[in-house]
Amino acid sequence: MNPIVKEVSQAHTKPADRIPKFRVGDTVRVHFRIVEGEKERIQVFEGLVIGRKGGETPHAKFTVRRVAFGVGVERVFPLHSPRVEKVEVMREGSVRRSKLYYLRGRSGKAARVKIKGRSTTPTAQ
Amino acid sequence: MVTGLMGKKLGMTRIYTESGAAEPVTVLEAGPCTVVQRKTTECDGYEAVQLGFGTKLEKRCTKPLRGHFAKAGASPASVLREFRLDSGDEVNAGDTVKVDIFEIGDRVDVAGISKGKGFQGVQKRWGFGGGPASHGSNHHREPGSIGMSADPSKVHKGKKLPGRMGNKRITAQNLEIISVDPEKNLILIRGSIPGANGGVVVVRKRVKGTK
Repeated sequence: MNPIVKEVSQAHTKPADRIPKFRVGDTVRVHFRIVEGEKERIQVFEGLVIGRKGGETPHAKFTVRRVAFGVGVERVFPLHSPRVEKVEVMREGSVRRSKLYYLRGRSGKAARVKIKGRSTTPTAQ
Repeated sequence: MVTGLMGKKLGMTRIYTESGAAEPVTVLEAGPCTVVQRKTTECDGYEAVQLGFGTKLEKRCTKPLRGHFAKAGASPASVLREFRLDSGDEVNAGDTVKVDIFEIGDRVDVAGISKGKGFQGVQKRWGFGGGPASHGSNHHREPGSIGMSADPSKVHKGKKLPGRMGNKRITAQNLEIISVDPEKNLILIRGSIPGANGGVVVVRKRVKGTK
């Protein structure tokens, strides 16, 4: 990428210390600002990070999956969007692939991710 | 007032507005351009300025061109383009035109040379539908009939056929300026503009619409 374009991109993305720190496999709570008519409020979306895309670019985004009322729901958030207020890591997961798309076809006990640092007893996500 | 200038397309990126909307933007390094010649109604029959952009080695210029630049007191430029003026505008040869002629929110037209695609068929070049893929039609990406036997028994001029695509001057109209940085000579324009990165483009005030 052209160095000047890179500079422009960096000026419009979050500084390194404000980029949320989390990894694929983590269970997170995403605090997302949404505008309803006049009012603005924070919505929290909790789920498992099943993928990150876009690397270091300003297009970077991540996918969070949760099962709500028996239906799988996935939301894609732009990492650098000012609307993503913060990302809390509830539980760190230990996974060996970068995209956990295989979880889509599973449910219940099969759709779990190992907790980091504990090798024996996996818990429900 | 000069209504446009030349620039170099640097590339595209994405920025976020305060409300959180993501905008695709093209980064342009525009100007500074030097006024190499001032054309007037008395002398040339119309009002315009000739702007120079980029640098060129003096030894690469022909002698007449060297004299042309010397007359304006400008260093040799690699690109020269004319921009029309309203009569009575106070612009003289040797002046510098910078990106501060534009403001955030202005609408501009950007002209450049589009990327060359080489020899292309009618589907890519003109958006023809093509024939059925299966059922033994044997008619997939061809243009179909182009001129019938009895009437008109010829191919009309201008018929859309395969050929060279791209590598010609294209103007993208009515583009919005997202930000201007006079110190770094940068303009951010919403959306894409014609040409490859590094290509020279002309940015001018839009011709259509009002503001």
